Formats: sequence, C-alpha cells, structure tokens
Amino acid sequence: MSMTLAEKILARAAGRECVRPGDIVTCQVDLAMMHDSSGPRRLAPKLEELGVDVWDPGKAVVITDHFVGESDAQSVQIQALTRDWAAQRRLRGYHEAQGICHVVLPERGHLRPGMFVVGGDSHSTTGGAFGCFMTGLGATDMAGVLATGSAWMRVPETLRVRVDGILGEGVAAKDVILFLCHEIGINGAGYMAAEYTGSGVTAMAMDERMVLANMAVELGAKCGIVAPDDTTCDWLAGVGVDVNDAHDWQSDGDAAIAREITIDATGLTPQVAAPHSPENSAPVDTHTGTAIDQAYIGACTGAKLDDLRMVARIVDGRRVADGVRFFVAPASVRIADQAEREGTLESLRASGATILHSACGACIGLGPARLGAGEVGISSSSRNFQGRMGDPSSQTYLSSPYTVAASALAGCIADPRAYL
Amino acid sequence: MNAPGRAWVYGNDINTDLLAPAAYLKGSMEEAASHCLEDLDANFAASVHEGDIFVAGENLGIGSSREQAPQALQLLGIRAVLAKSFGRIFYRNALNLGMPTLVCPHADRIRSGDRLRVDAAAGVVHNVSTGEDLTCESLPDHLLEMVGDGGLIPHLKKKLSASKPR
Repeated sequence: MSMTLAEKILARAAGRECVRPGDIVTCQVDLAMMHDSSGPRRLAPKLEELGVDVWDPGKAVVITDHFVGESDAQSVQIQALTRDWAAQRRLRGYHEAQGICHVVLPERGHLRPGMFVVGGDSHSTTGGAFGCFMTGLGATDMAGVLATGSAWMRVPETLRVRVDGILGEGVAAKDVILFLCHEIGINGAGYMAAEYTGSGVTAMAMDERMVLANMAVELGAKCGIVAPDDTTCDWLAGVGVDVNDAHDWQSDGDAAIAREITIDATGLTPQVAAPHSPENSAPVDTHTGTAIDQAYIGACTGAKLDDLRMVARIVDGRRVADGVRFFVAPASVRIADQAEREGTLESLRASGATILHSACGACIGLGPARLGAGEVGISSSSRNFQGRMGDPSSQTYLSSPYTVAASALAGCIADPRAYL
Repeated sequence: MNAPGRAWVYGNDINTDLLAPAAYLKGSMEEAASHCLEDLDANFAASVHEGDIFVAGENLGIGSSREQAPQALQLLGIRAVLAKSFGRIFYRNALNLGMPTLVCPHADRIRSGDRLRVDAAAGVVHNVSTGEDLTCESLPDHLLEMVGDGGLIPHLKKKLSASKPR
C-alpha cells in the first residue's frame, strides 16, 4: 500500500505494515526530548506517583534552554532540579545551557531519518527537517512516554506544501512559512502532517528547512517533515550520524494526501506578520516605515548559523539606527562559536548588536530583550501572540532575519532587498 | 449526572500564552492560574466557580505545549472544555488531566452564563438555559476511558497495577 513519509514512520513505530489517516495507533518512541520548563520539574512527581522510572534512559535527552541565563531564585532552583534528575539517570544526553533544544538535538547527533520522536515543547516539529516524525507533547503526556516507552497517535492526513523555484535575494524560508500561515491560517493544518517538497525545498540548506518544520506547529500541524536527501545526509554526517537508509524514508508518489498547496518561491517577497498572530502576514511593503524600539534575532526559528549570516550580509559595515535596541541570541553555543570564528558575530557587534545567551530568551518573554509597555519590536522568532515577548501592550512583528536586520538599521520596518 | 455548570464563552484563537502567561510559569501552579486569561478578561480567574465550563470558538489552545494552560482552567474550577476546534497539544493535555474536552461544532450557540450539562460519553452538551442539545464529536474509546479514570496518570496507575504479578 502506498503511504506518505509520515505514515511510513508511524507504521514502523507502531509495528504495522500499513497505517491510514484517522487510525489510532500506539507508537514505540525512539527518542524523548525534554527541557527545563516542561521536563523533570513537572514530570518527576508524576513518575513518582506511578512508581516507575524512565523506560529506557538511552532514549531520553534533557536540554536546558528556557530558564538559562536567568539569575532569580526560582530559575536557579529549576536548573538544579533538572541537573540532579538527569544526573541520577544515565540518559542518552544531558546538555546544559548549550542552546535551544530544537537546535541542540540534531547538532549533537540525536536525530536520523525515520525516527519517531516526541519532545516536551510545541516547536519539536523542528526535528522533521531531518526526516523524523517529531511532535510536541505536554508534561503529563511525556510522563506517560517515559513510563511506558510509547505514545498514542492519530495518524494524520498529509498536507503537501510544494515550494517551486528558487527564493530571490533577501528572501528566506521564514518568508515562505509566514506566507503559508497567512494562506491557510493559524490552525489551517490542524492535526495534519505538513510535508514540504519541491525544488525550492531541495535547494534549501538544513538551517532553512528547519524553519519550515519549526513553524509547522504555527499551522497547527502535528509534524512538519522534509524527506531526507543528500543535503540531509551530508549535514548529519557532519555531526557523526551516518545515514544509509534515506531512500526508505520518502513518500510514495501515489500516496493519498489531503491537500496540496503550491508556493511560487521565485515570486515571493519578504513577509512581515503583524501583531498578534503569525497568520497576519503580508508583503513587507504593507508595514515599511512602522517605527520600532527593538530588533531581535533569536529563538529556535531564527538564530541558527545561516540566520546570523543573513544578518551579517545586511548589517556589515553599517550601524543600527539611533534609539533602536538590537539583540542577537545565537540558537546554540556551537553556532555562536562558529559565528565568532568566521567573523560573523564581530560584524554584528560592530553594527551595534548586543549578543545574548543562547537560550529561548525574549521569545518566551524572558531576558533583557523583553519588550516594555507600548513598545514595538520586530523578531526572527516564530510567535507574536499578545504579551508573549513582553508587556501585554507591546507589539511584535515577525519576519526573516534579513528583514529584522534591515529594520534595525532603518529604525523602522524595512525591505531588506534595499540593503543587499 | 452532575449539576449544570455555568458557561464562560470566549472567541477564536485563545492561545496558551493568554491561558498561562510565560512570566508566571516558573512559580507555583496556583500563581499561574491566578493570571489565567488576564490580558483578555481581568475578572475571569477571580470569578470562575467550581464546576464551570469553558467554551471557545476555533483554535482553542494554539501555541505552546505548556500543560499549565488547561491545568490553570482546571485549578480554577473548570470541569469541561468545549470548542469548535483545538490546538492539538492543548487538546491532548486537557484530556490527559482528566478534563472532558469536546469538539463542539455549534459552540457559538452557547452564551456566557448559560447552564450546561456535558455528557462526554454520549458526546452531547445539554444547554439547560435554552433547552437545546448540542452534538459534539465523540471521543475515541481509549480517551473516554482515560478521562473516566481521571486522566493519564490515574489511568496508567490502574493499568500498571493490573499488570503487576500478584
């Protein structure tokens, strides 16, 4: 029977020959990822109540990123609890303050195509860029996974997003996904698997594919997925993961899908999502000239190495506008190191950027880039719900790193193509 | 059957940041709950009563995986959640906490303050105030059983103790 990639992975994890959308299956979990907010501090009491421990510590990873860089007593206590819990178990991985979980997980070689992975965070869909079925769960769900090694899933219908052609200069994967959020709406792929295909996706580097998978959750999707190809395998080889079964993890050409959307990459312009939803996106022209107090490059969505390089292309040799705060929180320590070595961070600093901790930071309203009352910010992160990045009266616009950088220079929302 | 609960009706796209603002996630669940929906309705947290029912339009609970979103509602006394559609993680989280959580295509026929009786097993909401019965999508059996047990943890506890050798 023909199946989509998402169906093939769920069938394998459920020990079935074949699954169909709507089937409810119990899947054996290949890997469970937790962070410091929804992880041990909320799970441990539930496991204690059940009188069981982690079913297979070799399949569990803890990565701290939410309360990293915070110095208040509660954050310090949460870090200590998380550290101790992880230390008491021989987990597959414990990565403390090394960056944001969705970026650290693949970077440390924990993902490979075909895996069924759950993460205690909504942006866990990011792992789908590597050909995994990776989805987000809450704390009780994760406790159940740790207790049993399995999770129930309703097999999702597949939404195929075909990106045709090559993105223009100054246009990025973020513009593709913001455009898509507007096209189908904030829950337009609710409960579905969003599979990204087409020449535009094939041409994208992994950092860009991760943006598409990451923000699949903004479409309401259960997972966002890109079938593995040479780009995937080369990237994974670079982190010590050798893949020789990539051909097994492809959608069959005649597999039934629920819907297909085609996006013309060649004609796409930079997009900006107005407050307070990613679906409020429109071509950058709609908002050019809107004054900003802050520009933020950060989060699992928008502060990977390629994102920082996009920023450098715009700001190199220029200065941020007077009165604009420009913060950059590289998504991981490794990324920050590499960006330092190659001169990218120096270029950003020279333009007036302040480099922050590699942590979730302002994307969850924490740290020095939190917006104040009535302030306006533009951010390369994924979510601009009211109050998320600071005061409830603050306004957050979302865009690509290019557009954030151009806006930082202009002091107002600006089209990055004028700076290339 | 339980006494009817009072409906709290809100609109579309009620997200997890509104239900459980990130600024209060570090602290106790009680503190987080006291700020539930404050940016939308400053009176909500203080006015909800035990047994009340939360009703929303499309996309209830979109956003974060934070379980504090449905847990805040539960801690404030909400005993069932109805919406035209849900963010999928919120939906799972609410059920895992043992809250009847139903897709109710006609949720917009409910007015704030209406008295509702929710029959999760039958998939029906009886509006005592209007006399109307609203049909909801029925929950799969495994979820009905889990909710009936009081949520995922009590459900697993029961299963684990049943499978233990005597």
